[in-house]
Amino acid sequence: MIAQLTLTERQHAIMISAAVAVLGALMILVGQDDAMSIHGVLVFVASAIMIFRIGGSYYAPLPSDDRLAHYYDDPSKVGIVLSMIWVVVGLAVGDWVAWQLVNPDLTFGPGWSSFGRLRPVHTTSVIFGFGGNALIATSFYVLQRTSRARLPDQVSPWFVLYGYNLFCLLAVTGYLMGVTQSKEYAEPEWYNDFWLVVVWVTYFVIYLRTLARRKEPHIYVSNWYYMAFILVVAILHIVNNLAVPISLGHTKSYSAFSGVQDAMTQWWYGHNAVAFFLTAGFLGMMYYFLPMRAGRPIYSYRMSIISFWGITFFYMWAGSHHLHYTALPQWVQTLGMTFSLMLLIPSWASAGNVLLTLNGAWDKVRDDATLRFMMVAGVFYGLTTFEGSFMAIRTVNSLSHYTDWTVGHVHAGALGWVAMITFGSIYASVPWLWKRQQMYSPKLVEAHFWLALAGTVIYVFAMWNSGIVQGLMWRTYTESGTLAYSFVDTLVAMHPYYIARAVGGLLFLIGGCIGAYNIWKTIRISGAAAEQASDVPQPAVVGAGTLQPAE
Amino acid sequence: MIEHAFLVGFSKSFGLFYLIALSIAVVIYAMKPSNKKQFDEAAQSIFRDEAGPWR
Repeated sequence: MIAQLTLTERQHAIMISAAVAVLGALMILVGQDDAMSIHGVLVFVASAIMIFRIGGSYYAPLPSDDRLAHYYDDPSKVGIVLSMIWVVVGLAVGDWVAWQLVNPDLTFGPGWSSFGRLRPVHTTSVIFGFGGNALIATSFYVLQRTSRARLPDQVSPWFVLYGYNLFCLLAVTGYLMGVTQSKEYAEPEWYNDFWLVVVWVTYFVIYLRTLARRKEPHIYVSNWYYMAFILVVAILHIVNNLAVPISLGHTKSYSAFSGVQDAMTQWWYGHNAVAFFLTAGFLGMMYYFLPMRAGRPIYSYRMSIISFWGITFFYMWAGSHHLHYTALPQWVQTLGMTFSLMLLIPSWASAGNVLLTLNGAWDKVRDDATLRFMMVAGVFYGLTTFEGSFMAIRTVNSLSHYTDWTVGHVHAGALGWVAMITFGSIYASVPWLWKRQQMYSPKLVEAHFWLALAGTVIYVFAMWNSGIVQGLMWRTYTESGTLAYSFVDTLVAMHPYYIARAVGGLLFLIGGCIGAYNIWKTIRISGAAAEQASDVPQPAVVGAGTLQPAE
Repeated sequence: MIEHAFLVGFSKSFGLFYLIALSIAVVIYAMKPSNKKQFDEAAQSIFRDEAGPWR
């Protein structure tokens, strides 16, 4: 991969790594007696490894100009591999904490293995590690093909990919040491937040530079979604993480906001992280990989434009539905509720677009597990957005809020929509990227699909039951007007559902492991290359490998 | 200092109108008959067969 870089690019890569190594050294120096010094060591070692890797191939033969006749896919390939590593780790930790809720003693004793520290490791690994890497990898892939332009240079994409993974690594190792600013989905502390801003702005600049070089006059809808994802996440991240560190040598910082303003800023961030990280980016993925895999154009391009602007402008106002019945002014709560209901229109426009695109190609959906992943993702997207709008209604929220219903809703979205569309897109793009005829084993893709679907359904049903039982028990009064159930009573009632949830999560984890194995074997097949020499993605060969001759 | 009442008034007046105006503009852009050809071509563009970046 380093052999692909020109001499100046190798020099730039070494200089950037050296600059990061200096930052790491500074963190070690100023952060003595603090977790920051440990992070300094991590940063220093990571950049030293980069310097040695580039240095080792520094005198490798220079690439020919032939490279400019192809898309630059190396960062996408590495991004997909990293994404699969993160998903296995993230799902495993997730299932571990699910079993901790069944049996709280399932820790190793010390603080790092407690629920409170492992839970953000799970959320960050799956959302940012798995989802983020998959978004970066597929966005570079889709951007180049829909613009018919190569990425502008060969260093900045690597900076974005490796820089982003360094952010994720610092985040999860920080949680284990107790470093957190305790804002949900924005846990990393100030120094890591600064780093992400640098990486993220570079990401956006790559996008703009490539679009500026595009040869296709119209910017395909996927790029709009990807750009909204990058731009809005930058805005959200910067505003919500405004904080003052207690000193430059300490990890701890205090938010620039206080009280209900802090809560509102956090949930403006939190819900838009769902909107622009977990929805817009993955819709970008869907609008490219679904038509490509199905071999038919999107049903209504017009509808995709309307839903794009709908999602972009409605979601911004929906965050306050996380703060019903709090100190937040009533009119702000109502605003959030109303916009959440309006969001059903653009959301169902996209979900409908998925199903209508597949309408007439159901034979392909039946035969091709990859396409089925995308179809099920569309269905869960429709279900979850309906559920979300419903739960944002204040009176419904009075039952659902603070219960497991919320957890079930999040996982219907995260497992059913985000993970399914990602696995579908990865299974579609791996053979295209590595120039293989198909995945190593279509049967394993099939197995992964059914495990993922079964796991999701078990998980979501368990949490619906648990959440509604919990919510109803909390609001049951006796004739004398006192609460009928103690808190412990609700825990006893929820226990069976917790076991079911952990089993569902286990199925999903096994599916993820099978997927990682299958992708690894596809990459490692030797000699199969060259048959598909072009960079053009091929629509699925219907039934390839899944139908036996006798059928 | 910005007053609470001012912010409420602003969001209830300007906020309402600019969002409605935007919605109308987007629907007109998307549904305008003269744009149909461009959108149909865009939907098909991802299938156009070519082997690499255009130079």
